[in-house]
Amino acid sequence: MANQIPDFLSGYRNAKLVKTVLAEMHQTVTQPWTLMEICGGQTHAIMQYGLDQLLPDEIELVHGPGCPVCVTSLELIDQALMIAKQPDVIFTSFGDMLRVPGSSEDLFSIRAAGGQVRVVYAPIDAVKIAAQNPDKQVVFFAIGFETTAPANAMAVIQAEKLGLTNFSILPANVLVPPAIEAILSSPQNRIQGFLAAGHVSAIMGYWEYPPLAEKYQTPMAVTGFEPLDLVNGILATVRMLEEGRVAVENAYSRVVTYEGNKIAQQMLAKVFKPVDRNWRGIGTIPLSGYGLQEAYQRFDATQRFDTSGIQTEESEICIAGQVLRGIMKPSQCPAFGTLCTPQTPLGAPMVSSEGACAAYYRYGRKSS
Amino acid sequence: MCLGIPGKIESVYEDHGTKMANIDFGGVQREACIEVIPDAKPGDWTIIHAGFALNLLSEEEARETLDILEQMGDLDELEAMKKQDQSG
Repeated sequence: MANQIPDFLSGYRNAKLVKTVLAEMHQTVTQPWTLMEICGGQTHAIMQYGLDQLLPDEIELVHGPGCPVCVTSLELIDQALMIAKQPDVIFTSFGDMLRVPGSSEDLFSIRAAGGQVRVVYAPIDAVKIAAQNPDKQVVFFAIGFETTAPANAMAVIQAEKLGLTNFSILPANVLVPPAIEAILSSPQNRIQGFLAAGHVSAIMGYWEYPPLAEKYQTPMAVTGFEPLDLVNGILATVRMLEEGRVAVENAYSRVVTYEGNKIAQQMLAKVFKPVDRNWRGIGTIPLSGYGLQEAYQRFDATQRFDTSGIQTEESEICIAGQVLRGIMKPSQCPAFGTLCTPQTPLGAPMVSSEGACAAYYRYGRKSS
Repeated sequence: MCLGIPGKIESVYEDHGTKMANIDFGGVQREACIEVIPDAKPGDWTIIHAGFALNLLSEEEARETLDILEQMGDLDELEAMKKQDQSG
């Protein structure tokens, strides 16, 4: 192949190095520790590479709510469905969102019924669709964490630059630090160490974490997504726990700096402002989402379309909320793999490529 | 969602005043917005998510981490050899 992956990247999949780090971990650990990987992408990577089965028995990994598709509130999904159904609307979304169940249907069923629902890979592609379809209203479902927020902000800026009046977003971004605080401050919390999400930190840096680590006496390590990154981040966290040290370490330094990407942060501050957000299965977390700044309110789909009168209805069997808070494992759900599968999901974590239930199903973790 | 793919910048250009780049992902070419890494130039590595560069990827930092972990392995082997010498 003309373009091989260079050794400085392929090294992060080197089995021998992964074994070295695992051996070091086995030597380091002396007592049980419960860690949470906040990011659903990491949950899937851990399952995919079988890392959960190679860790010392003392280390339990609890899967966090870092799956934007999973935590997008039912109200927002029902709003999206209501907008997508309207004539002269092209509703655009990342593909993951299409099968997520709303109260009574999903975006796929709206498309099947003749609605114009299109999957985009990049938010700015939705702006292109708007430019090409001046007689349609184009709406983009702006989900995601801080990783995705700059791409969403860029779409709004691009639409403004092009003078488009037929483009809007349904603001649904969620923020990681308030979620970490909600988990750590819960009376049910049993998390002793955190793997902070690498790509959120690529944008935001990790300057927001030391006060949280200190307040809740919980060490954290910024962690990447390759097998070596994951075991290295776990080792860093376990070492801090064993030494009784509370700090925030960076185990993903090739991509993450303490300050993060300042230009991206400025872009976010220009377009978005923190707002209270309801997380599906968890509840409202103060200032845990992004709404549009006053100067960009005209790009807010909820101001352009009437979405009042929504009555939401959750599945009664699904335990997604407990899974997202790390209280239950997917395999402890009575519907797991029977009533609820990726083909017929009851809850969002079974749909998303980042959902913990989908990871358990796909990689055969039938029991906890 | 937060998946980021490392890629090498092949060329940079502007589209309606927005900084864009052609990126090579191990043989697959795609375009991406590099508005938040304005100093990026061909040959630089970056991490792309949803068609958008998150940050530059530092080859130097990548190698340094690998070196440290490799040394950890060397030390383990040394320890194992010492134990073997002692028992033998």
